[in-house]
Amino acid sequence: MDKRDITHHISQQFNEELEGVRNMVLAMGGLVEKAIGDAIEALVTGNSELGDTVATSDYKINSLEVEIDEECAQIIARRQPAASDLRLIVAIIKTITDLERMGDEAEKIGRIAANLGEENTVNSSSYSAIRHLGEHARAMLHDALDAYARFDVDAALKVARQDAGIDQEYEGLIRQLITVMMEDPRCIRHVIDIMWAARAIERIGDHARNICEYVVFMVLGKDVRHTTFEQMEAEVKSAT
Amino acid sequence: MNDNQTMTHGVDIGSLKQRGPELSLDREDICLEVKGLNLYYGEKQALYDIHMQIPRKRVTAYIGPSGCGKSTLLRCFNRMNDLVDGVNIDGSILLDGEEINSRTVNVPDLRRRVGMVFQKPNPFPKSVYENVAYGLRLQGINNRGTLDDVVEWALKGAALWDEVKDRLNDSAFGLSGGQQQRLVIARAIAVQPEVLLLDEPASALDPISTLKIEELIYELKSTYTIVIVTHNMQQAARVSDYTAFMYLGKLIEYDATDRLFTNPKNRQTEDYITGRYG
Repeated sequence: MDKRDITHHISQQFNEELEGVRNMVLAMGGLVEKAIGDAIEALVTGNSELGDTVATSDYKINSLEVEIDEECAQIIARRQPAASDLRLIVAIIKTITDLERMGDEAEKIGRIAANLGEENTVNSSSYSAIRHLGEHARAMLHDALDAYARFDVDAALKVARQDAGIDQEYEGLIRQLITVMMEDPRCIRHVIDIMWAARAIERIGDHARNICEYVVFMVLGKDVRHTTFEQMEAEVKSAT
Repeated sequence: MNDNQTMTHGVDIGSLKQRGPELSLDREDICLEVKGLNLYYGEKQALYDIHMQIPRKRVTAYIGPSGCGKSTLLRCFNRMNDLVDGVNIDGSILLDGEEINSRTVNVPDLRRRVGMVFQKPNPFPKSVYENVAYGLRLQGINNRGTLDDVVEWALKGAALWDEVKDRLNDSAFGLSGGQQQRLVIARAIAVQPEVLLLDEPASALDPISTLKIEELIYELKSTYTIVIVTHNMQQAARVSDYTAFMYLGKLIEYDATDRLFTNPKNRQTEDYITGRYG
């Protein structure tokens, strides 16, 4: 399945419905990506106003999830999609759940940023590590959405491979923050908040990987959820 | 810790699974086999080198655009094409391992073993009872008790008994379209066929009758091998175990229905079932 395939139905209306719902998913993805970027920025620069904006804008992402779900149900009722069209709709329904959760994680980070404000009792290397982790996760989402837009399984695989890197970076950051807490117990309350933010970023990476799994399902018809990266790669190679 | 991996909190996960083991042609007992079949209407070739195996006691559906040869192929299985002038066949069709096109085959008996139901219900201009009893009478069975039993059995098997048991002597033409179609099925099963060929059995029927026919097919497949030609893709997806996609007289793809409708291997199949032009 590739990008040309989503159109070319004899029914022009069906073409438009599928294009429409796909574009809504990309719009939702764009909103989530911005929310993540803004939340990380708010956290590492101590910008509590920006953090608050992120936290109070999550409703937009949520309402897109509802709208896209409704549209998918309508397409199923009207068109009884089969084969690649069916897999596309199923993949969309799953993708928007992960996008909505990512939006929630960004909201959490935004709230933490809003509360911490400019208090900076954590050393700058921890903040730069958080910024790096956050940027890594945001880039994963960006590339996953790109792979989804272009029906590109190789690109999806590349993104999925990065999840292990995020997990390692996250663990490194946790160790670093534990050391900071041991050195100065006065900052424990603050550092725990930072750790929640780091956890939220790590979860964003997991969700981005999930989206890559749905891209593989959509294009190749193979369900690679709950497998290791190596198994996923093997399935993709055997199908292409 | 529970050692049994499928038991969780006393719930047997294995028994919750709706679907049986995955279907695969290589594990099936084969009822009908087609080898290298080519069919010509005079000069015009209508079927090109068809090879396929129809599994026993399963439902196999043929789908494809108009003129692709699916009804032609269906009619080969009980030699209905013999009744069409100018038809030439080469290749072989085996029913239970025996060639059906050989000169020594008893064709009426073949048509008893391989029954056919057409798109437009075609009951005889007789009573409901006599429609079902007709095939038996042709075989020389005239004992009233036997006929009564078989007629009741066949009408029950076609899910029609309750609706007609008080009207057995009424004309078959007094029944609705859906009932007539079920009567025709009862007539076919009364002579205990092995195979039922259904050529778009529900296209002339309303949605509720269609669903009743589909339910009936589901019940019948435990006893008979069923081959169905249909234009309705959702029906093929609902009712059949295996689906064959044909195009311009060729067999393009043939696979378990679940696989063909979610992830077809062939681009033409994908285009047809998703409603795309190639």
